[in-house]
Amino acid sequence: MAGFNKTKPTPPRWLLAELSYACPLQCPYCSNPIDYAQHQSELTTEDWKRVLTQARKMGAVQLGFSGGEPLTRKDLPELVKHARDLGYYSNLITSGYGLTEEKIIQLKEAGLDHIQVSIQASTQELSDHLAGTESYQHKKEVAHLVKKHGYPMVLCVVIHRENIHQMPQILEMAEELGADYLELANTQYYGWAHVNRDLLLPTKEQFKQAEEIAQAFKEKVAGRMKIYYVVPDFYEDRPKACMNGWGTTFLTIAPDGVALPCHSARELPGLDCPNVKDYSIEQIWNESKAFNFFRGFEWMKEPCRSCDEKEKDFGGCRCQAYLLTGDMYNADPVCSKSPDHATIQQAIDSARASTLSADEKPLIFRNSKNSRTLS
Amino acid sequence: MAINPDLPFKFSPMHRLQWEEAQQKDVILYPEGMVELNQSSAEILKLCDGTRNIAQIVNDLEHKFATTGLTNDITSFLEVALKNGWIQQN
Repeated sequence: MAGFNKTKPTPPRWLLAELSYACPLQCPYCSNPIDYAQHQSELTTEDWKRVLTQARKMGAVQLGFSGGEPLTRKDLPELVKHARDLGYYSNLITSGYGLTEEKIIQLKEAGLDHIQVSIQASTQELSDHLAGTESYQHKKEVAHLVKKHGYPMVLCVVIHRENIHQMPQILEMAEELGADYLELANTQYYGWAHVNRDLLLPTKEQFKQAEEIAQAFKEKVAGRMKIYYVVPDFYEDRPKACMNGWGTTFLTIAPDGVALPCHSARELPGLDCPNVKDYSIEQIWNESKAFNFFRGFEWMKEPCRSCDEKEKDFGGCRCQAYLLTGDMYNADPVCSKSPDHATIQQAIDSARASTLSADEKPLIFRNSKNSRTLS
Repeated sequence: MAINPDLPFKFSPMHRLQWEEAQQKDVILYPEGMVELNQSSAEILKLCDGTRNIAQIVNDLEHKFATTGLTNDITSFLEVALKNGWIQQN
């Protein structure tokens, strides 16, 4: 198998528990797989507890409860309590939809460490449009309640062409809501965002302007609010060190129990990702084909193989290489050394052309109907 | 942010200091992040419990490790910790 590496891998540190693909929102840049509607089975409470126990024993310490919308799982408080008893630092990554004060208190008592609330834009109209659900006002109330009950509050806003012009107002909103951390996540083009890329990818000028505004704000709020700025890699000339290296740090468990080296890896061909119903986390992490596939450097093609920067970025993102070049072994085309680097410029040009086009296509929202149509 | 020599330090309620068995070290945990600590940093942070000011922390550690001259090292670490929001005064 590709990249099989006999030395013992470093243990997982980060466990992303995608509890459910169900979500009341329909964000058109969702990172869930396009065909999520075909994977409707969900692990039982006991399965999840076993997974948490096994991963913790190996050394996982950061735990993200995500989805879909993790609040759709009735057993969330029970899982949070189990995680706290094991010593995890647990993060709830939520749309805020359906989160009541009673639930916030219940989760705090169960031992939840932090709540990350996502808001789609700085105005109700655009936020509700992007979410495909009336949710903006409630999300703002949730953000206040999260603060009120003593959690560190992380506000997450995914940035793309529809809302990038609101950067000053988004920053103002974060300040008004008292966010301790603000995650400005430039859209990464996988899953639904890949399908909608022509309508979501901003121009380089828009990126630069937004980044300057965010940078100035970062200095202004230093000491009060921390800013996580997820870079827009289409405008970089070196790829991101995706997942800190394949199978080195991150472990994602999908709602149906499939274990993934990154949350998009489900879209890669031939990995035969194992299921936690069949194997222990230790077996999956150390021995499975999927987790060993891109470990180390043996799997690399040129120009990565002989590149003096390969230990810094690991050749970039395998999913991006696959989506844009059709070959997951290729260098991430974001890299200016990649022979496929022109695909990035083509994507940028295509997005720019689509803004100018008279008959602009509509956004494809993330819902079960569209999932079935596209897969 | 300058250190007030009179005020005690307390560990931030927004962070968690924890021993990690798998890593055999203390770590600071916060939303989606972790800082791994060496032994001396961990020893300093464990004394930031709301009862000791800087002189008392220096005194306690010099006593514990039967040494002297730790003031500069401890001061510079506490400055970093304060700046990162791991500890607070007041």
